[in-house]
Amino acid sequence: MPRRTMIEAIRDAMDVSMARDSKVVVYGEDVGFFGGVFRCTQGLQAKYGKSRCFDAPISESGIVGSAIGMAAYGLKPCVEIQFADYMYPAYDQLTQEAARLRYRSNGDFTCPIVVRMPTGGGIFGGQTHSQSPEALFTHVSGLKTVVPSNPHDAKGLLIAAIEDPDPVIFLEPKRLYNGPFDGHHDRPVTPWSKNALGEVADGHYTVPLGKAAIRRPGSAITVLAYGTMVYVAQAAAEETGIDAEIIDLRTLLPLDLDSIVASVKKTGRCVIVHEATLTSGFGAELSALVQENCFYHLEAPVTRVAGWDTPYPHAQEWDYFPGPARVGRALIETMEA
Amino acid sequence: MADAGMLRFHVPEPEVRPGGTPDFSNVPIPKAGSVPRPEISVDPRTIRDHAFSIIRVLNRTGEAVGPWAGLLSSDELLAGLRHMMTLRTFDARMQMAQRQGKTSFYMQNLGEEAVSCAFRKALAPGDMNFPTYRQAGLLIADGYPMVTMMNQIYSNEADPLKGRQLPIMYSSKEHGFFSISGNLATQYIQAVGWAMASAISNDSKIAAAWIGDGSTAESDFHSALVFASTYKAPVVLNVVNNQWAISTFQGIARGGSGTFAARGLGFGIPSLRVDGNDYLAVHAVAKWAAERARSNLGPTLVEYVTYRAGAHSSSDDPSAYRPKTESDAWPLGDPIVRLKNHLIALGVWSEERHTQAEAEILDTVITAQKEAESHGTLHAGGKPSTRDMFEGLYAEMPPHLRRQRQQAGV
Repeated sequence: MPRRTMIEAIRDAMDVSMARDSKVVVYGEDVGFFGGVFRCTQGLQAKYGKSRCFDAPISESGIVGSAIGMAAYGLKPCVEIQFADYMYPAYDQLTQEAARLRYRSNGDFTCPIVVRMPTGGGIFGGQTHSQSPEALFTHVSGLKTVVPSNPHDAKGLLIAAIEDPDPVIFLEPKRLYNGPFDGHHDRPVTPWSKNALGEVADGHYTVPLGKAAIRRPGSAITVLAYGTMVYVAQAAAEETGIDAEIIDLRTLLPLDLDSIVASVKKTGRCVIVHEATLTSGFGAELSALVQENCFYHLEAPVTRVAGWDTPYPHAQEWDYFPGPARVGRALIETMEA
Repeated sequence: MADAGMLRFHVPEPEVRPGGTPDFSNVPIPKAGSVPRPEISVDPRTIRDHAFSIIRVLNRTGEAVGPWAGLLSSDELLAGLRHMMTLRTFDARMQMAQRQGKTSFYMQNLGEEAVSCAFRKALAPGDMNFPTYRQAGLLIADGYPMVTMMNQIYSNEADPLKGRQLPIMYSSKEHGFFSISGNLATQYIQAVGWAMASAISNDSKIAAAWIGDGSTAESDFHSALVFASTYKAPVVLNVVNNQWAISTFQGIARGGSGTFAARGLGFGIPSLRVDGNDYLAVHAVAKWAAERARSNLGPTLVEYVTYRAGAHSSSDDPSAYRPKTESDAWPLGDPIVRLKNHLIALGVWSEERHTQAEAEILDTVITAQKEAESHGTLHAGGKPSTRDMFEGLYAEMPPHLRRQRQQAGV
């Protein structure tokens, strides 16, 4: 089976979708001729023409607003926001328009759009190229939010998102584009070509939205993670020698609560890890759900490891990033609690 | 020599406030028939003056004059009059129903009936409007059932939107009427996207975007003009300038640009101003813009100069911010009276027939109202179920909503 980077897998998902369905159109800033600043749409304009893959003005509200209109017409736009940090001008269109169109019109109009955006830090992008705004989407009734962690899933989830009848936010951890980064920024990253999850089948397949994956089976403690933090958690488990069960949530909404509850009831302990800021982050929702559903099975308080509640700093990137050392400490403390 | 003293902050003010005498002498009203009608393929740079004038067809004596006249038959004009009269009667009954507590909220179209009623007739089946809350004439003029509109206003058991939306936030794909959000300006760029999709699909349908004078200040207006201009989208960009954004006069949004139509000039979009209280002028300009869109000539910006004769909504009291008699002083008159006078001048209408039509229309509206009320009103009779609240957010209900629905006991 061919191995691909996450960028290639994402591009392949759009390629496969555009070939299968002439209603799929792709656009965004620098997306057309150039193929996107991360090259996720490279070659699509040459292959499918300028009507189906084109450059957009620097106007995120315009990109998402026009996509909503296109979806109402009957197309299936898959648009790119260049960095998740740039999505705020489009937030009104996403939350009050895309998310509610089906509901408010009682299905008269629907909004099958996908909004892709690179998320997370680790590339010295500073406060405007590093954010993880997933909780701002999961808080919105009517959106679905997906965060893949590897090329195989990225392709299958993106095709599923494009085929989904409702709006999907597709957050791409940019630090994972070229390899499974585990937070050890001082070491070279293994490329996806040397990782089994870099195996990406040709042609059409989907990974269903709303299903988590167990990345590391274990019996001592459950770690809930998504995106880059899946690999950070794996590194922490190996380095501490703790037999952690690591769950890659893959989709935050709809959430695979059954898999979470089954694991925590088995282990009795839970650590939640995300790169986004702590307060009111998605980890707060996860922590509440674990408490509500697994309270009598818990041996220790549920612990969160997250980005500090500051803007994402530039020079202090690795002090901010919740790396394997911090996750490892949380694992040890939760085991000892 | 420029004044280089202390900086002064400027806040525009309307000419007159409550207690003052309404004065529109500063609003230049060109003579009917005086503005040329260019070819639809005109170079926008050669018609920049159209953004500062007002295209008018009906003159003071009720004649249709000039190059924009002559597009509609007397039967079509009679139908237009009936649509506007129906909308006004509908508004009066629903405003009263709101005062009677049968619904929470209402928004009238009073004084602006010509804009939406005439515009609808310039479109073809399959075209799509992205309206604001003050274009109910698009539905009335397209034959959408009044009972269905009332069911929505009452949020009753027959409400096609299942009680989820504020009154008058209608939706009808079948009638080319996009779901009204209640947000302002968001629909403007969506209309451009819809039009882009039609062009991408090599279709023949066009879109119409709607916005009020106040909401042109939103960034969505700007992005819509950028996208429409860049991709030459087949869209008519309508700005309804009814002088007032709740209590804020149009000068606050307009700034120093002179007119709202002038906003289009920097984008290379042909931009026209039209007498919004002149059914014939609205229709003629809308038709011109629609033909341009359908001929791959791209977007047109149209500013309808009109006056919001009623309150902003049932929650508003205009006497607190503008003279009570300002509406009577509005120099472009009343759209229904003007079309009525034109039809009388044509010899196809009379005061007697008008009075008779008013009675017939009132009867029709009351009949519809009775039928709607048999399905319930907001606080009495049949209403959408609690279960309807949970349905229809997603195509397939996700597990967390299923759990919440169970918790709610439905």
